[in-house]
Amino acid sequence: MTRPRLTTLAIIVVALAVVPFLGLSGALLNLMIFMMIIALAAQGWNILGGYAGLSSFGHAAFFGAGAYAMAVLQTRFGVNAWIALVIGIALGALVGAFIGFLSFRSGLKGSYFALITLAFAEVARILANSWNFTGGAAGILLKLQTGLPYLQFADRRYFLLVALGFVAIGLVVSWWLEHSRFGAYLVALRENEQAAQALGVDVFAVKMKAIAISGALTAAAGCLYAQNYLFIDANVAFGSWISIEALFAAIVGGSGTVLGPLLGAIVLLGLGDLTKSVSGGIPGMDLLVFGIILVLSVAFSPNGLVMLMKSLGLRAPAKAKEA
Amino acid sequence: MLEVNSLTKRFSGLVAVDQASLSVAKGSITGLIGPNGAGKTTLFAMVAGFLNPDGGSVRYDGRDITQLAPHVRARAGIARTFQIVQPFEGLNVQENIAVGAYLHTADANEAMRQAAEIARRVGLGADLAKASSDLTVAGRKRLEVARALATKPKLLLLDEVLAGLNPSEIRDVLPLVRDIRDQGVTILMIEHIMQAVMNLCDKVYVLSQGRMIAEGEPRAVCEDPHVIEAYLGHGAAERLRAEQAHA
Repeated sequence: MTRPRLTTLAIIVVALAVVPFLGLSGALLNLMIFMMIIALAAQGWNILGGYAGLSSFGHAAFFGAGAYAMAVLQTRFGVNAWIALVIGIALGALVGAFIGFLSFRSGLKGSYFALITLAFAEVARILANSWNFTGGAAGILLKLQTGLPYLQFADRRYFLLVALGFVAIGLVVSWWLEHSRFGAYLVALRENEQAAQALGVDVFAVKMKAIAISGALTAAAGCLYAQNYLFIDANVAFGSWISIEALFAAIVGGSGTVLGPLLGAIVLLGLGDLTKSVSGGIPGMDLLVFGIILVLSVAFSPNGLVMLMKSLGLRAPAKAKEA
Repeated sequence: MLEVNSLTKRFSGLVAVDQASLSVAKGSITGLIGPNGAGKTTLFAMVAGFLNPDGGSVRYDGRDITQLAPHVRARAGIARTFQIVQPFEGLNVQENIAVGAYLHTADANEAMRQAAEIARRVGLGADLAKASSDLTVAGRKRLEVARALATKPKLLLLDEVLAGLNPSEIRDVLPLVRDIRDQGVTILMIEHIMQAVMNLCDKVYVLSQGRMIAEGEPRAVCEDPHVIEAYLGHGAAERLRAEQAHA
């Protein structure tokens, strides 16, 4: 099978780590940080939606759990940023387990699972919007304190490296899935749940693990978001925009592949930003482009950009041989 | 090894399996035959744990497994194939089989190695890297068997592995089934192809309209008037006998 090697992944990560030190403008640096955050959220989505075939429309629930954990713990309880980050990630896994327990126990999948996740995310958004503890509709403003212990950096390039580190973890997790029993079980239950059961796969347990890992990764993205922009409210943390970006990046890039989510996030946000600058700020132009990309990618490369690149790469030498 | 006692399954009023009992001796090949719609696959599904019976019990290796989930039964050594083949489409042949092998090893290399070995055993050795959707019907049936074998079963439930195969393919698969039994795996098989049943089975059960109507050696069962009538309709046995007397 044509799967990326660990060395390939390492080269990609190192290349991405070098880019910010090549004299990137502030705006491009911000864009790249945002790309990494979305890539991480998409990597989380990809574990559940891509490998296990359980498409979620509500990954905002995990993203928001991470973001609010980060914000509330620091502002209300004075918890250190790094510890808040760890708790935020754990909370994401816990929220995943909670949603998973309720939906997988009753055997929800397909569009029903998608709808139930959407419902959970929306409930979380409304709660966060009306509860004083989470800052209500005003949201939460985090204090600006630069320095390594605060996980805020005067030089934003270092924050990019932190985000990239998490994306690297996401890549390694996906790579591990493709080389492990757990990953094989995920794909097996995606392709045929009954046949998987017949071979001794505890479908419920495997799904529970998948949604917990998925929730943890996407929550990490939420934590980084809060820490980067230093402000969140219910619509940012639990809004459907992030659910859509996460699944969009993973699907366009190639769902169920190691590099798909990262590639999808870079291409989508890159093109979106390009359109914004070209269209001279007509609101919604980037969304229009998103839509067009989705239609094109479904029409011409239903398996994602990763597969498209692969098939182009495979086709080229074949042609060379013919000539 | 397997004891099925008055197993019953109702689907909203329709009794699909009606107090059916059978027992499978260790090391045997036992056949389950019957006309279409007799409830054979339903009975199989209850033995493998995919359907909950409305009455009766399933005992395996001396313990009651009636309430156990399918994956728990698989871990206890019961493997099944599906009448309608169910390959994991996104995986190639070797990876398909490896999913079964993972039951006893967490190591990916070991699982893939075992998968290759089993593929060779069932005659898929040349197709390891093939997408499962590119296999012929016969190939997919072999894949079903290979995947089940990879779980190292003690009891193998084969649901019409020969259906849809041409005569020469059937001739190829028969020795495979016998070979599996000779390796120490007890087999319970649903089959329509009488040539195979006659050839392979030590004992045969006949299910008709959910009820077990006959059991015994294959040849004796085939001459049982109840069985002939179940297949050919009321009065058929008598007509056949009359025709034979004339001839």
